[in-house]
Amino acid sequence: MRPIKHLFGIADLDREQIEYLVNLGDSFIDINRRSLKKAPTLRGKTIINLFFENSTRTRTSFELAGKRLSGDVINISASTSATTKGETLLDTGQTLAAMQPHVLVIRHSLAGTCEFLAEYLDNTAIVNAGDGAHEHPTQILTDLLTLKQVWGSPEGKVITIVGDIAHSRVARSHLLAAKKLGYTMRVVAPKTLLPSQIERYGCEVFHDFDAALPGSDAVYMLRIQTERLTDSCAFPSVREYHEAYGLNARRLRSAGPDCIVMHPGPMNRGVEIATDVADSAKSHILSQVEHGVAVRMAVLTTLCGGTGEEA
Amino acid sequence: MSLLLIKNGHLIDPANAVDEKSDLWIRGGKVVAVGNYDGKADRVIDAEGKIVCPGLIDMHVHLREPGQEWKEDIESGSRAAVAGGVTSMCCMPNTGPHIDHAGIALQIIARAKQVGLCNVHPIGAVTKNLDGKELTEMRELSRAGCVAFSDDGLPVWHAGVMRKALEYSASFGYLVIQHAEEKTLTAGGAINEGWISTQLGVAGMPAVGEDSMIARDIMLARLSGARYHVAHISTQGAVELVRQARKQGLKVTTEAAPHHFALTEEEVLGYNVDAKMSPPLRTEEDRQAVIEGLRDGTIEVIATDHAPHHEDDKRCGLSCAAFGIVGLETMLPVSLDLVRAGVLSMSDMIAKMTCNPAQLLGLDAGTLSEGAAADICIFDATATWVLDRNKLVSKGKNTPWHGKQMTGQVTHTLKDGRLVFTEGDVCG
Repeated sequence: MRPIKHLFGIADLDREQIEYLVNLGDSFIDINRRSLKKAPTLRGKTIINLFFENSTRTRTSFELAGKRLSGDVINISASTSATTKGETLLDTGQTLAAMQPHVLVIRHSLAGTCEFLAEYLDNTAIVNAGDGAHEHPTQILTDLLTLKQVWGSPEGKVITIVGDIAHSRVARSHLLAAKKLGYTMRVVAPKTLLPSQIERYGCEVFHDFDAALPGSDAVYMLRIQTERLTDSCAFPSVREYHEAYGLNARRLRSAGPDCIVMHPGPMNRGVEIATDVADSAKSHILSQVEHGVAVRMAVLTTLCGGTGEEA
Repeated sequence: MSLLLIKNGHLIDPANAVDEKSDLWIRGGKVVAVGNYDGKADRVIDAEGKIVCPGLIDMHVHLREPGQEWKEDIESGSRAAVAGGVTSMCCMPNTGPHIDHAGIALQIIARAKQVGLCNVHPIGAVTKNLDGKELTEMRELSRAGCVAFSDDGLPVWHAGVMRKALEYSASFGYLVIQHAEEKTLTAGGAINEGWISTQLGVAGMPAVGEDSMIARDIMLARLSGARYHVAHISTQGAVELVRQARKQGLKVTTEAAPHHFALTEEEVLGYNVDAKMSPPLRTEEDRQAVIEGLRDGTIEVIATDHAPHHEDDKRCGLSCAAFGIVGLETMLPVSLDLVRAGVLSMSDMIAKMTCNPAQLLGLDAGTLSEGAAADICIFDATATWVLDRNKLVSKGKNTPWHGKQMTGQVTHTLKDGRLVFTEGDVCG
């Protein structure tokens, strides 16, 4: 396998690398369920989580992943960083890199943040924890681990992703992964929420949610940022959005009995997803969260040069 | 007065349809003769194997003075100009303060004369403070030396104001230059909207943002009878709009920047901040349309939109980086690609950066007629060199051609008969 030096996005990974990380994540699930949640894998390794955007599950899961593997984990958020004193992104990155961490985990609203910083930082592995509307690779690895539990393999399956595709890094990373792993993505949104030439990812494009559901093996709902989207005229009201693109139990029935429901969180109940679906047996939303910790263990282990066998 | 002879060069002076091996004689800062002359030269420049043409004119540059001298100033910009063979340039009014009153125009012209390397002709603002509301005192700005009017990067958005600006300008024969960008369509965008912006997750600027404003402006130009010039045209749709307007006899002109006919949006892959400018690099179809516009004469002028920035303004990621690249020093070699590709004759290419802009702006430049100012560019069209951004004369190092091989090199630049650039060095 080609070595993985940084994790900027699914775009840079080949199938073998993706499957390696997912399988390694699989092997870490058990540690998280034990009563003694500790392994020595990352002993002596320093991991800095640098988050310029709010995050609950991504930041917490990176922190738990590092700590449960005995790494030293520091969390920095934009509100407590020197960014508020006018420091540039590059200076913040270089300052933290000068403290010799092994891994810098970065979330930023700016697409390409990791590629940009990596040009200037040596000896620090960089993990993209979400950069603007570009990529969110660890979320996709998390989802793939979840799908592995349910299906064994996603190959040949149909995943229907619904919502603000235009601003979604999760959607882009999934579209890239689909091509590499051989599953089909259906994207569902009004044109106002689709980026230019989305079909060039090789996905199927729908504006009618109900038309996309039959034949779907999973429905993947994206969070809608209601204020931003009504302000930008992307849709007229939450009410109308929910009517057209919200997932509820009635709508889900047209997808067939085995269709599962996923969501990267955080959910807006009553907007993109109704409670009767979110809390149903078909929902794998909390499994995704659980697998997020295991997959991030795999990512940190790999970028620190380990194989996970120490665990 | 000493007599200077430029001998053995291939002289190209499109304004006079000269395109042949010929000597050029200069005295007192003026061209005294083309071809034979009864006199003994005090000084000789041997231009064997080189092309001798009028000093180039770049009608679209940002000199950043006054206001942002850490990015460029009139002196550094003038030095960069002559290093690129440019002896006349027009500077855009988005300085601080803006060129929206005569005092600033006079100050810029006076400073440029003091530097003495390159003619600098200010472009006056269309509206006070470039805010698109009230017209500037165009007559006074014109008297102070402004050769055209533009709000450049802050295009005149309000259709009513644009109509008045065109009508007022038309009354006095002034040229209005529009950076055509409907900002309500491009807001937040950093690069061309399309497959590349989608993959990078970076907000795009759609071609229709340029086209729609040009379409509106052409209608207003028809209504007002104004002289309307589209700055840095970049899309297929825009080229076609201008082509049709010209066919209908409207006084509509346009310019293309070398980056728009040499590069495409592919350059921004990898989040390359040095390929970010406005309008953005477009698709291959757009690039070909700009080339066709140059070929068929729809696009009469090549101008660089030289936009120097400090590295701090660029080194912050693609979405945050300032728009613009430097252009003065790469204008000629990049444009020579058009000649090598058979799109333009050498003479037609030179016309687009000499007599064509001179005629458009009413400049006393761009030709080597007897009696004309001896502003001259001598270049080797086949010399190759590798561009090193750190060796650029401009303070701005923001170029997409860093590390690329360039073909075509300016060997001498003369301003009023005085050698101001030779052997890679600016003189004086």
